Amino acid sequence: MRWESYNGGHEASEEEKQVYVGRSLMASSRPFTLMPTPGGPITHTQHPYVTGTSVLGLKYKDGVLIAADTAGSYGSTTRYKSVERLKQISNNTVLGATGEISDFQALTQLLDRLIVTDAMWDDGNNLGPLDIHNFLTRVMYNRRNKFDPLWNSLILGGVKNGVKYLGSVSMIGVHFVDQHIATGFGIHLAQPIFRSEWKENMTLEEGRKLLEKALLVLFYRDRSAINKIQIANITEDGVRISQPYALKPTWNFKAFKNPSSATPGTW
Amino acid sequence: MSKTGVNEVLSKGGFSFDLCRRNAMLQQQGAKLPKYRKTGTTIVGLIFKDGVILGADTRATEGEIVCDKNCEKIHYLAPNISCCGAGTAADTENVTDMISSQLTLHRYATGRVSRVVTALTMLKSHLFGYQGQVSAALVLGGVDVTGPHLHAVYPHGSTDTLPFATMGSGSLAAMSVFESRYKEDLTRDEGMEIVSAAICAGIFNDLGSGSNVDLCIITKEGKEYLRNYQQPNPRSYTRSKGYDFKNGHTAVLSTNITQLRQHVQVLEGDAMEEE
Repeated sequence: MRWESYNGGHEASEEEKQVYVGRSLMASSRPFTLMPTPGGPITHTQHPYVTGTSVLGLKYKDGVLIAADTAGSYGSTTRYKSVERLKQISNNTVLGATGEISDFQALTQLLDRLIVTDAMWDDGNNLGPLDIHNFLTRVMYNRRNKFDPLWNSLILGGVKNGVKYLGSVSMIGVHFVDQHIATGFGIHLAQPIFRSEWKENMTLEEGRKLLEKALLVLFYRDRSAINKIQIANITEDGVRISQPYALKPTWNFKAFKNPSSATPGTW
Repeated sequence: MSKTGVNEVLSKGGFSFDLCRRNAMLQQQGAKLPKYRKTGTTIVGLIFKDGVILGADTRATEGEIVCDKNCEKIHYLAPNISCCGAGTAADTENVTDMISSQLTLHRYATGRVSRVVTALTMLKSHLFGYQGQVSAALVLGGVDVTGPHLHAVYPHGSTDTLPFATMGSGSLAAMSVFESRYKEDLTRDEGMEIVSAAICAGIFNDLGSGSNVDLCIITKEGKEYLRNYQQPNPRSYTRSKGYDFKNGHTAVLSTNITQLRQHVQVLEGDAMEEE
């Protein structure tokens, strides 16, 4: 596989530069340019457009659970309500992403080529979650060094040879493994819950309940979250990503009915 | 005492923005503004069956340093009202002190127990007048004749009336505990358990909060202030023999005693001039 597939751009030939000179001069106020202006700075996309919010992951007795909602926000609107932010990568790994959806799609295409090439070797061994995690770390870090990041925080979970793996890579290449992980807003709202309530060898039901508890808190307090969630379950037998389903929020507290009865005119 | 002229306008109070432009220019030229002492903080309030429970951590920070490991963030406003403060420590202390004095005068004038809405209105009109420059984010709770009340007050002067509230840098960690555990009609023990769990979530997950948990339980019977209700961060090692240095451990090489008080001799006139 060519190195150019991994990095953000490619070297322009002389005639390509001629064709694009006019356009890039006009495009100086845009957030990105297709080709660098000759002699000028390279400007790449610096802001995300369609984004996904938190992804949560935790290990349980038989494997790894990863959960995310299915919202794609376009700035402050919820533009897409059925975005699959959990993708099966190989028969024992799932990747979930927070951040720019187009970068996530590019990553899944890249990983697809990686897995297919690996399968074509047909040597009896396949890339496991640790290998894919390392690969993703290298990709993210190298893009960051070129000031052209893939605007994602990734969670990778899998099981290989009985060993459960759960790791995370950020937009700038920070990577680590842990028993429970969250990205995006989940860092502030879900990690405190995991840190006090996660325990070793939970059953599938307990793990699912813990994830749903955290996802409900995120639905209440994260403005880009919606009520429609998906949970992926990876065990030694394989990957099962559930159909999207809804959580049940509680809005009928008595105190919410008439909160300013003592302070009329305020809320 | 100077006499004010007929045309002279008396100062109306409120924030004077006169020096702001000069400060901005100085900062642009490289002058560093003094770092103020912030409380970092996790503060929470919860309404339970019989009243209000307020909770706070005890860490005060100055930039990246912890300047006070055990400060008090639950302030007294009235015998039946308390207020937790987050933001700039000076602002929270002084704003609550001021409103506490005003409430005492108000009690003398009206002859009645203070109401929480009175404290709320005084706080919010003061903070709004200063347009957010007084950086005080408060969780105000109390019980009066109309029942238990809990309010969140923001630095710009807006307020929220809620059954549970959290403020400060650790507010998200504490809110995750509240949102997953709050139910209506909690008992006193359940309420205390949830409040201290929320403060502990802030202490262990937020860098701006730490040390101990303070609680304040207010019911119509009275107020109970539990200072350092939980101390989940004890010093891990203390020397078992203690720190006791007897005389003779250090050798004394020489002794020189200087009298600090000079004897003044009055030659003529009175010893002290009085006017």
